[in-house]
Amino acid sequence: MELFLQQVVSGIATGAIYACMALSVVMIYQAIHHLNFAQGEMAMFSTYIAWQTMVWGMPWYVAFPIAIAISFVGGFAVERVVFKPIQNAPVLSHIVIFIALFSIFNSLAGFIWDFTIKNVASPFGEGPFMGSTLLGKHQAGMIIVTILMLVALWAFFAFTRVGLAMRAAAANPESARLVGIRVATMTALGWGMAAGIGAVAGILIAPVVFLEPNMMLSILLYGFAGAVLGGLTNPLGAVIGGFIVGIVENLAGTYLGEVGAELKLSIALVLIIIVLVVKPEGILGRKIVQRV
Amino acid sequence: MTAMLKVENLEASYGELRVLRGISFEVEEGGVTTLLGANGAGKTTTLRALCGMVRRSGTIELEGRDISRTATEDIVRVGVAHIPEGRGTFTTLTTEENLHLGAMARPNNRDEIEADIQKAFDFFPRLRERRNQQAGTLSGGEQQMLAIARALMLRPKLMLLDEPSFGLAPLITKQIFDILGELNRDTGASMLLVEQNASLALGLADQAYLIETGEIVMSGEAAAIREDESIRAAYLGY
Repeated sequence: MELFLQQVVSGIATGAIYACMALSVVMIYQAIHHLNFAQGEMAMFSTYIAWQTMVWGMPWYVAFPIAIAISFVGGFAVERVVFKPIQNAPVLSHIVIFIALFSIFNSLAGFIWDFTIKNVASPFGEGPFMGSTLLGKHQAGMIIVTILMLVALWAFFAFTRVGLAMRAAAANPESARLVGIRVATMTALGWGMAAGIGAVAGILIAPVVFLEPNMMLSILLYGFAGAVLGGLTNPLGAVIGGFIVGIVENLAGTYLGEVGAELKLSIALVLIIIVLVVKPEGILGRKIVQRV
Repeated sequence: MTAMLKVENLEASYGELRVLRGISFEVEEGGVTTLLGANGAGKTTTLRALCGMVRRSGTIELEGRDISRTATEDIVRVGVAHIPEGRGTFTTLTTEENLHLGAMARPNNRDEIEADIQKAFDFFPRLRERRNQQAGTLSGGEQQMLAIARALMLRPKLMLLDEPSFGLAPLITKQIFDILGELNRDTGASMLLVEQNASLALGLADQAYLIETGEIVMSGEAAAIREDESIRAAYLGY
């Protein structure tokens, strides 16, 4: 029982990271209806920026906000420079650009910071969280930071004018223009926020998986699995999906023995396939039902 | 009477296809003008051209000010509320959020906007009942009311209405047109109304224009057009 609880709790901790990745994927999906394959690499690059800033002598509470702010501006710029010009292009053009961004960020990180694995110390410290046997300080930090960020995002979308405008622009771009919303700006804002959320995820997971250019590869896959599981049309669903994937992954790794440990990543892919076959809209995603 | 909207030689095309071939018309200040015509005549395209949603050329003046280069996002900022074909409801958002969106181009004055939402609810009590409901689950008539209420949130000078009767039962359509008449009298907002239901549209409008394949073929006082033999045969069916 102790082992089971331990695995569930650390599943929630990694699930928090998957939830962040799932959320950033969904934010962009809502605006442009494509999956951003480069989301993980963008997050990895943000993490390097945070690490570099700390190496230059900044404390983490300065370095992290700087990295997140740079990521926000970077995400905004990527949309403006790369995606706005091709917004009406066919889906394959988008996929090609996603793959291009993926390898650009990946090799650029390798070029600047080389491919050796770097150790990142946790800002929350080592050891058990408040003497608990269930979770460590860093895991607790991952969960708390993620939840705070999710609450802040929810409040932003539910209560602010810009949040409402962003939701309207995603829901019905043409009508949004007619009420005066600058849809293109909202899309770019969405990219910026997605990049910022990805940065948080990368920074939080770096002490666990170590910093290297391929660190986000499997994490983005789990994030995709979470997004598909919860529903690509529903940010809340994507977050819940991310947590579920984290728990399932941990339990499988523990209880399915060799199979679980070796095939952990396959579990994410199997999950994606099962969801797409059985309930393509995801747990909380909606089939579009509308009266006319 | 001065013109609220003055359109001259408006042309519009979808790619190679020219849909409007230089049409001219006016909407008087405080007046209701209707554009009549069959499917594909270019009525919707006219409204879309006014808002810059299709490629256009020609003169478009609102109260004497040229708006022929104004972007779609800015058309509300000069006081034009466009209720598009199919009502343009934000179906996944709530009724109340839809109304807030109507005021998006106004300064963010919470009290004033809240007061206008209450006014809209007073005018359409059905919407108050459904304020927290997802707008996509509203009936067609309610969604049309919501579209009108959303447009009113702008406190518009000019409303562009694209087939308010679309998909509605005759009784509901009649109600909607009564409401539009009332709004026109109460708020003084000018209206440009595109309709297939010629009889209802002519009842509400004071000026009417008839479009056929992208050209104006007839215009005049709505009352006079109503009595015209050829119009009766072609559009009114009696």
